[in-house]
Amino acid sequence: MRFTFTAEQQLLQAAVRDLLAKECPPAAVRAAWEARDLSGGRVAASVERWRHLADMGVVGLLAPTDRGGLGLTEVDLVLLVEECGRAAVPEPVVEAAAVAIPLLAAANDDRVADVASGAVLATVGLPDAGPYVASAGDSGLLLLQHGDEIHALEPNHVVLTEHRSMDGGRRLSSVTWSPSEATRLRLSPGEVAAAFDRGVLAVSAQLVGLASHLVELAADYAREREQFGHPIGSFQAVKHLLADALLRIEFARPVVYRAAWTVAMAGQGGASGASAVRARDVSMAKGYASDAATRAARAALTRAARAALQVHGAIGYTWEHDLHLWMKKAWALAAAWGDAAWHRRRVGSWLLDSPVTA
Amino acid sequence: MDLTYTPEEEAFRSEARAWLEAHVPPTPLASFDTAEGFEQHRAWEGELFAGRWSAVSWPLEYGGRGTDYIKWLIFEEEYWRAKAPGRVNQNGIFLLGPTIMDVGTAEQKTRFLPPMAAGADIWCQGWSEPNAGSDLAGIRSKAERSDDGGDWILNGQKTWCSRGAFADWMFGIFRTDPAAERHRGLTFILVPLDQPGITVRPIAQLDGETGFAEVFFDDVRVPTTNTVGDVNRGWQVAMATAGFERGVSLRSPARFTTTADRLVDLYRSHPDAELEDEVVQAWMDAEGYRLHTYMTVSSLLEGGTIGAEASLNKIFWSEMDVRMHETAMRLLGADAELVSNPWLDGFLFSLSGPIYAGTNEIQRNVIADRVLNLPRGS
Repeated sequence: MRFTFTAEQQLLQAAVRDLLAKECPPAAVRAAWEARDLSGGRVAASVERWRHLADMGVVGLLAPTDRGGLGLTEVDLVLLVEECGRAAVPEPVVEAAAVAIPLLAAANDDRVADVASGAVLATVGLPDAGPYVASAGDSGLLLLQHGDEIHALEPNHVVLTEHRSMDGGRRLSSVTWSPSEATRLRLSPGEVAAAFDRGVLAVSAQLVGLASHLVELAADYAREREQFGHPIGSFQAVKHLLADALLRIEFARPVVYRAAWTVAMAGQGGASGASAVRARDVSMAKGYASDAATRAARAALTRAARAALQVHGAIGYTWEHDLHLWMKKAWALAAAWGDAAWHRRRVGSWLLDSPVTA
Repeated sequence: MDLTYTPEEEAFRSEARAWLEAHVPPTPLASFDTAEGFEQHRAWEGELFAGRWSAVSWPLEYGGRGTDYIKWLIFEEEYWRAKAPGRVNQNGIFLLGPTIMDVGTAEQKTRFLPPMAAGADIWCQGWSEPNAGSDLAGIRSKAERSDDGGDWILNGQKTWCSRGAFADWMFGIFRTDPAAERHRGLTFILVPLDQPGITVRPIAQLDGETGFAEVFFDDVRVPTTNTVGDVNRGWQVAMATAGFERGVSLRSPARFTTTADRLVDLYRSHPDAELEDEVVQAWMDAEGYRLHTYMTVSSLLEGGTIGAEASLNKIFWSEMDVRMHETAMRLLGADAELVSNPWLDGFLFSLSGPIYAGTNEIQRNVIADRVLNLPRGS
């Protein structure tokens, strides 16, 4: 039993954090909001940022090394997605790196290499994750679920209807399309459910990162802003608000990290699972872990966003201040991929339908 | 990251399980807040010690097994699974013991640790006073040097001492420099409670039993060799103890995962769709606390430290414990008020969690000041 990350994993996390400090500062997040030209294709800064993330190995991390990836697992990925959340990266990291790449790899599809290298942006549309597809208009490849199948479509075979998210950096579309034998990925049973759980895990990590940044922003402000002759952070009402927000985040973190481990282990043993019992236990653990992660991360998030707003006061309520860029992404992602109540029911259906005591 | 147990850890678990199955009393002992129950629990501590299970993470020379904290967590899981008796000497073993190992003299270690592990000496904590609760720096009980310099002479009053009614020893903080301000000039002293000049007045708690005591000191003489750490540095010694207490050792996750499992069982026999969500949340919180603890302990094993973050743990477990018991009381409906309700004692006890070991309000201040680096209160 050793519940820690390796020095290498932490170094990669630090490297991604440094990269995003340069490639995705708040001004870049704001620019992504303002450059809302779907028909004109991807804006240069976004293309550049994605290329940097791909070059560092983040996008293709889960792809096999002979397909241009790093051949690593969700345990390696989770800290990096958390960093993308902290920086409010507008591009579809969850959809491409955590969901599309492993699906293409599992289907032994050649396109995995182009997605891993960043040459082609990929996104996914899974009904359980919500009716809208993120970054569909920017993507060169869309992996779309139809029943228990996944189909890979290029943009000229789909019709998009854009929907504006309150998070202007998130580009949502409804997608109209038709499945065919030619578009179907060759996947073994269970891959669709695994893909959904990977997305849930990754968005949970993203939420933890977002929440951490929100609390940091608010704490910074509370140290500087003075009222009644003192920094507002010296007042107990403000201290306790932020302490509570931090508490939820710090307890969400291990739940998310454990979920990463469970998903990674299930991925390694899933296909060759010796017995039905083992398969059942692995999927039970995976289902529970990813849901618990999401639930905890989201509770943290909702608190963090509101605490951060409350601490900022009126300045946080303005368009001009960067706070809302993070808050709105937080609220959007808390509802996407199944909200807290939905995931709690999913845990409940496992918990209450089976014996608990070992 | 490897969240499976090693074969060695599994073997340790099996050994603990087998021993506990063979030794845990088949019927519950009387409450350790009664004279009779206290002695029953003392005997149980002796039995644990004989099997070398009373302080598994302590070094072999003091009666432990020298295990790491992961194995301590495993032992706790087995202990709660076996429904073994409460630990009457937990303040000694989990709070004072590590402090003596950290800052005590060699003589203090050999003198105090083995009888502590054996349950021969049962300890209570003497920190709070009538005018020093959350603001412990207001401590007034004083220790003055005897004329020959060999003894402390104690005068004053301690209160809310858990297990104080029957304990053998107290570890207390006394003011040794009356001119010093606040946290300075305090000293950590070990006091045998059978000394002349000591008066112990038991105080009944919410459950009607004498779980608390007030302890009065009237020219009580204690050798200065009973000083732990440096004179006038007792606050620092006490805060180190508080770090252990809040951080890892006071409330192991097994206590709460056991409660959560009982709550799920209660829900099955008393289903109520309106409360299902709370039950699931309770189970997830206990699991979250378990994971958080394993992550903290793993980090300690790799050389990490636990500081003010310990306050996060204390808030989380204490508030979770209240919520779980409140949910159980609501599931029980009209039967909740009956004294025969098996959740009642736990419910009452859970209410003390946000108060003892530093109130949760103080813990939130600690997090704000030392983790979030907010300015100190004005």
